[in-house]
Amino acid sequence: MHEFSLMQSVLSTVEESAHQAGAERVTVIRLTIGEMSEVIQDAMEFAFEVLAPETSARDAELAFTWVTPRSRCRACGHEFTHDRYHWSCPACESLATELVAGKELYIDAIEVEFPD
Amino acid sequence: MELSIGKPILELNERLAADNRALLDEHRVYVLDVLASPGAGKTSTILATIERLRERYRIAVIEGDIASDVDSQKIKAQGIPAVQINTGGACHLESAMIQRALAALDLETLDLIIIENVGNLVCPTDFYLGENAKIMILSIPEGDDKPLKYPGIFQASRAIILNKVDTAAVFDFDTAAFYESVERLNPTAPIFPISATTGQGVDDWVAWLTAQIEKEYGCASS
Repeated sequence: MHEFSLMQSVLSTVEESAHQAGAERVTVIRLTIGEMSEVIQDAMEFAFEVLAPETSARDAELAFTWVTPRSRCRACGHEFTHDRYHWSCPACESLATELVAGKELYIDAIEVEFPD
Repeated sequence: MELSIGKPILELNERLAADNRALLDEHRVYVLDVLASPGAGKTSTILATIERLRERYRIAVIEGDIASDVDSQKIKAQGIPAVQINTGGACHLESAMIQRALAALDLETLDLIIIENVGNLVCPTDFYLGENAKIMILSIPEGDDKPLKYPGIFQASRAIILNKVDTAAVFDFDTAAFYESVERLNPTAPIFPISATTGQGVDDWVAWLTAQIEKEYGCASS
């Protein structure tokens, strides 16, 4: 349940950005999460429900973009997408591959409303 | 109106971890972050490691637990400095906690700090603390299927200790299947089968750790 820590960080960054821009309400929070991270969407949503009511993001929608893992083969240079468990190179079957995407934990953007 | 943010969720954690790293590099202190389930044998493996390395390196331990100071008392009983972090419910350590723990240690007098993370196979994986390496311990009674169920921690670990191998006969642990799963998830990580309590295999693990420390900082000053 480290999603509570993550959501606390999300909300503090979101509040700071909204405040600096002079916005009144946050309506959407856009997050990008890699499928190789240990994040569960349900747990993030639950943490948001618990933590958001105290913030200007209380009515916001959480929008998730999930990143499919992608690796590069150190042996033959082939780049390929894969699931969490199988990341040997499909071209040459080498196990020496390095992850180039799939561990992201990012706050991309927020949508806000300004006071009338 | 859309406002672009483009920041890591863990930006603060990563910034403080980088500060920890810089401080540790300045003092040439190697930090090992030990991950495992509750009961896998983290404390006994750390004690067995200390026993073999205390003549070579000046060691301290940072103990992360939800509550209690049971583990740090065991370390202190061996004459080794220990700082207890009680997370009060949090399932992992964060770099701000490590920063406070480092402030409580005299880094000038240390070569190696071992962090015992909170017993958990999931959450600590996502948090960089400023360590040189994360390693994990799996114990035989937990079962050979754990790499399939918790791939993230096996991928985040530089080495994997298989503890309690002296109990293998009692548990239905398929060693070949375990090695095969680990190799698929993390082909470069060595596996060290040990028994922290009987001492079996511990020398090989300690030799690997010593090589990592020397690769990073050269020979110990003590």
